[in-house]
Amino acid sequence: MTRELLTGTLALALLAAWPHAQQPPQQPPPAVPQQPSEIVTTISGDSSGAPPRLAVPDFIPLSADAETAAVAKTIGEVLWDDLNYEREFAFIPRDVYATIPKATSFNDVPFDRWRELNADGLVVGTVQKIATGFHVEMRLYNVRTKQPVYPRQYDGGANARLYAHTMSDEIHKSQRGLNGVARSKLTFDSDRDGERMSNTVQTRNIKEIYIADYDGENQKRVTVGRTLNITPRWSPDARSIAYTSYRRGGANIFISNIFVGTLEEVTKGDKVGENWLPAWSPDGSKVAFTSTRDGNPEIYVANRDGSGVRRLTNHPGIDISPTWSPSGTQIAFTSDRSGSPQIYVMDAAGLGLSKKTSESYCDKPTWSPAPFNEIAYASRNGPGYDIKVLDLATGHVRQLTFGEGTNESPAFAPNGRHIAFMSTRSGKSQVFTIASDGKNLKQITRSGNNEKPDWSK
Amino acid sequence: MTVRQAVIVCAVVCAGAAACGKKTPPVARPMPPPPPASSSNPARPPAPPEPVNEPTIVPPEPVRDDAISSASLDDLNKNSPLKPVFFELDSSDLGAAGQKVLDENAGLLKRYPTWIVTIEGHCDDRGTAEYNLALGERRAIAARAYLVSLGIPADRLRTVSYGKEFPFDPGHDEAAYSKNRRAHFVITAK
Repeated sequence: MTRELLTGTLALALLAAWPHAQQPPQQPPPAVPQQPSEIVTTISGDSSGAPPRLAVPDFIPLSADAETAAVAKTIGEVLWDDLNYEREFAFIPRDVYATIPKATSFNDVPFDRWRELNADGLVVGTVQKIATGFHVEMRLYNVRTKQPVYPRQYDGGANARLYAHTMSDEIHKSQRGLNGVARSKLTFDSDRDGERMSNTVQTRNIKEIYIADYDGENQKRVTVGRTLNITPRWSPDARSIAYTSYRRGGANIFISNIFVGTLEEVTKGDKVGENWLPAWSPDGSKVAFTSTRDGNPEIYVANRDGSGVRRLTNHPGIDISPTWSPSGTQIAFTSDRSGSPQIYVMDAAGLGLSKKTSESYCDKPTWSPAPFNEIAYASRNGPGYDIKVLDLATGHVRQLTFGEGTNESPAFAPNGRHIAFMSTRSGKSQVFTIASDGKNLKQITRSGNNEKPDWSK
Repeated sequence: MTVRQAVIVCAVVCAGAAACGKKTPPVARPMPPPPPASSSNPARPPAPPEPVNEPTIVPPEPVRDDAISSASLDDLNKNSPLKPVFFELDSSDLGAAGQKVLDENAGLLKRYPTWIVTIEGHCDDRGTAEYNLALGERRAIAARAYLVSLGIPADRLRTVSYGKEFPFDPGHDEAAYSKNRRAHFVITAK
């Protein structure tokens, strides 16, 4: 089959599998500063150093129709969840808001009532239906001064959650200097469709690659291999997903450009052995992976188009699960050369090897983004695994899970403050997220088995 | 050979053929000779029919050959004559039991020299999903290397690892785990 035919088939199938494919998949409304001369100030808490206390009531519908009302309500709820996720603000609980008169515009906000609830900041927003969708305005007020410290406005479609995610990221950036993750996405493999692999006499459920918003909403299937498609990894620009696919019989590395519907093969030909676990270099130009092309599982790196393959490890043991350092100068991986699987680090040329763990069994290292310098991994605890985080500067290891089911395949959020992983604590294999201090556990998937998550950069 | 022995031989042949597969199509086989006359008539048993030794000239192999040769790949793989090899936890060592199974599989592969076989490496879910991909490959490669050492051409033996993605038994106890740590043989061409 030619490349053109193959990609054309995938594009058609993607369109069929993805009801929203005819729309641009990403439609972040262009954010327009309300005033070109706007001076951004920040809300602070009281003098004790406590985090600022925010209130986020439902947005105000300026159009009378039900859709506008629904969008306004959803934006308020999702924005509250998004801001709460990073724990940079304290929140006045939503159930208290009912005691305060609802504003009908920016002109009748009852600041004094919010002040009575000790609010430092107040998010007020309006939603208006326009010909092309919605016009949304948001103002973060300093409740004491009654002045808007961070006003924004957006025009876009009916995706209420995307307005909220965008506002959350912008509020975190302007107020806390933090890169929020509200617009980031997860990917994972899933057998939820219950489709059988063809040409096998034993019952074998296929797995396909899915994506979801960071909070688990908008879960969508993005592959149609009808085979085993596993270990997805977001490209640094979050436009492509590299993964391990058995569509050729053996395991090979493929790249799906999910917003275009094209497919690329990184490992091609009859002599390439088995190939698993792609890992993008931070600049997106290279892919590290494990291959048996020379007879034994070793770490290789290739250009994105499959050219320039270079072997980085050379040991009769198993070398697998590569992950790049944020600068792209080092690669961490798993090797059993000491007798059991442990985490090692080498430079990107395969030199300067150093062993980082000496536990029972460690696998799936995932290197944190800067400025953190940490490696998260799965560590055997007896019957299963727990997620641990190694601080490379100090050697200190902190544990995030404690034997609730088995916990594997950690992946850092783009800001390094959260980790996605697979856990069986609720029964089947499901994707969870957890803050990198072990707090704020959140279940992302619930249907079928969902494993090997990755988080967009 | 006595009549009694002939009956036993015949029974063994039939049982052997039946064991080759539940889906074995009916194959013409010689009827066993009539049973010996009842002892209730001991005085003058009728002379046994002449061809007492006839069943022994029916070779069992053609029957088995026909059953296997005529089966579709799916039917063949459903109750495969190539038996799986099982492994210990975290190990790709064949062990004596594994070698014995492979000795028998090698015999079949020599008897059916056109077969192309994929050896699938599988793991239980006590290893991680990622490392198990390599461990399963190790198991498949170990089985292939042993078969090659017995004279099976390497190009008839492909390997693939499914890690812990396709457990044979979805359970979470040692009984299930021990079935899942395996090298499974699939005949892909014959």
